[in-house]
Amino acid sequence: MLAMDYRGPKRVRATEKPMPEIKHPQDAIVRVTRSCICGSDLHLYNGNVPDTRVGSTFGHEFTGIVEEVGPDVTKIKVGDHVLVPFNVACGECHFCKQGMFGNCHESNTQASAVGGIFGYSHTAGGYNGGQAEYARVPYANVGPTVIPEGMDPDDAVLLTDVVPTGYQAAEMAGIQPGDTVVVFGAGPVGIMAARCCWLFGAGRVIIIDKEDYRLEFAKNYANCEAYNFEKDMDDPVVFIKKATDFMGADCVIDAVGAEAAGNAMQTITGRKLLLQAGSATALHWAINSVKKGGVISIVGVYGPTDNLVPIGNVLNKGLTIRANQASVKRLLPRLIEHVQNGVIKPKELITHRIPLEEVADGYRMFSAKLDNCIKPLLVFPSANI
Amino acid sequence: MENTTIDPKKLPGWGIDANPENDPTYPLRVPRMNVSQDPDHKHRPASSQPVDVEVLKSIERPNVSAVFGESAPPVGLSGALRRMAFKYSESHYGHWLPLLLADRVNVVEGIIEDFAHGKVPNIFAEKGYAVEWKHNRSAFVTKMATIALVTTGAILLITRDKDKKRKKYRY
Repeated sequence: MLAMDYRGPKRVRATEKPMPEIKHPQDAIVRVTRSCICGSDLHLYNGNVPDTRVGSTFGHEFTGIVEEVGPDVTKIKVGDHVLVPFNVACGECHFCKQGMFGNCHESNTQASAVGGIFGYSHTAGGYNGGQAEYARVPYANVGPTVIPEGMDPDDAVLLTDVVPTGYQAAEMAGIQPGDTVVVFGAGPVGIMAARCCWLFGAGRVIIIDKEDYRLEFAKNYANCEAYNFEKDMDDPVVFIKKATDFMGADCVIDAVGAEAAGNAMQTITGRKLLLQAGSATALHWAINSVKKGGVISIVGVYGPTDNLVPIGNVLNKGLTIRANQASVKRLLPRLIEHVQNGVIKPKELITHRIPLEEVADGYRMFSAKLDNCIKPLLVFPSANI
Repeated sequence: MENTTIDPKKLPGWGIDANPENDPTYPLRVPRMNVSQDPDHKHRPASSQPVDVEVLKSIERPNVSAVFGESAPPVGLSGALRRMAFKYSESHYGHWLPLLLADRVNVVEGIIEDFAHGKVPNIFAEKGYAVEWKHNRSAFVTKMATIALVTTGAILLITRDKDKKRKKYRY
């Protein structure tokens, strides 16, 4: 089968790989029909996530048709067209029982802080991902969800990560009606988070990024205010304070994570030299621009080593920080309803369709923000849908 | 950037998921379940994936998880570095720094493996430079010139004439 193949920082290719096999009674094999490149994949692509091994296949946002199931799989059958949440979750452990499917205790041997994630390094369990013609899906009774009748597959594929992560970012912010929410990062997740803030009753939503084309897209898609931190302000923290009567935002969402621009020292130490877990610029701005007693919601991914964040100010300001990988399965029923009712229109985020054979160009385009790329979707020779 | 004021209440779906009980700045109203409240907290799935490849296990776990990925088992020098890293906990630099080093060693191993299989890696294509040349030519040229400059400087530094000795002054 054809699959994306990681060869080192900023080096990927499409190559022939062996077909995946059933390894566990609850496994399924799916023929992938849609797979996206996610902003989180760029942390892997840039070599920022430890234990990302040469020969791995990335991809944690995919849909597929079930080709084969293990003997204990009862919830899906061969021929079903399913969307596959990015979390690998057993559904039975102490954490899954509480709806924390992103924190499953039985899907990641190599790290205890996070559950298993498809195609996201050995630090997240070592699973091959969905940027391939076929993928192995463990715990197939739990994650894979049959795509509802009539739902566009382009909408469905975004329900595996972007929509739930954006929605959970807004949910974790604990937005109360009328709140002012600031979203750092106008990538697909940031844009979706900004859109979802309104569902929780936000009174004002501000999104901040450095790419005009993304901000323009966010303004139109999420009906929010959009500002460029390189052009519209000298200092994002002061700008937000001024915009909120010098009180600070009620809630701030960090939808950037380790790849944040905006501070040369953070970029050098965090992104180039890897002396800390990426650049903490967005997190700095979040802590310092939220009001005293405010809430910070983090969905941007950071690496596992120490990061120099203004933790002293977290104490001084009495902040509540909420952060997690989205638990897709918990959120899916509500989000499917929102998509079917037209409240959320995920597929409008997709700007590029790239053949799997050109995956290297797709990664470069998304990473370097070329050709006004918001969200690239990989197209498969064997998908036929 | 020009922005216009809107009435959010006119947006489709405004407030439909508002939840006054989800206010994390007050004590949680939804009871959390701690380990002592869950008599079954050690429950594991009925069956486990057979461990037929080398799986490195975090020392913060009691066992190998019931399922695991096996996309790239540890091999060679990078594998040895990874095995060393897994002797330390996830809160220790001794875990993460060797893993980062192993990742870089693994890149070289990958190139050697390509050559061993008679394949010359097309690094220009793998890095997606064609699309950068197409959409971002000036930045691409600047980047390549910088790389060439740094490489040339490094070569000159390494190969400089080491026979030049300091003049010894005699008085």
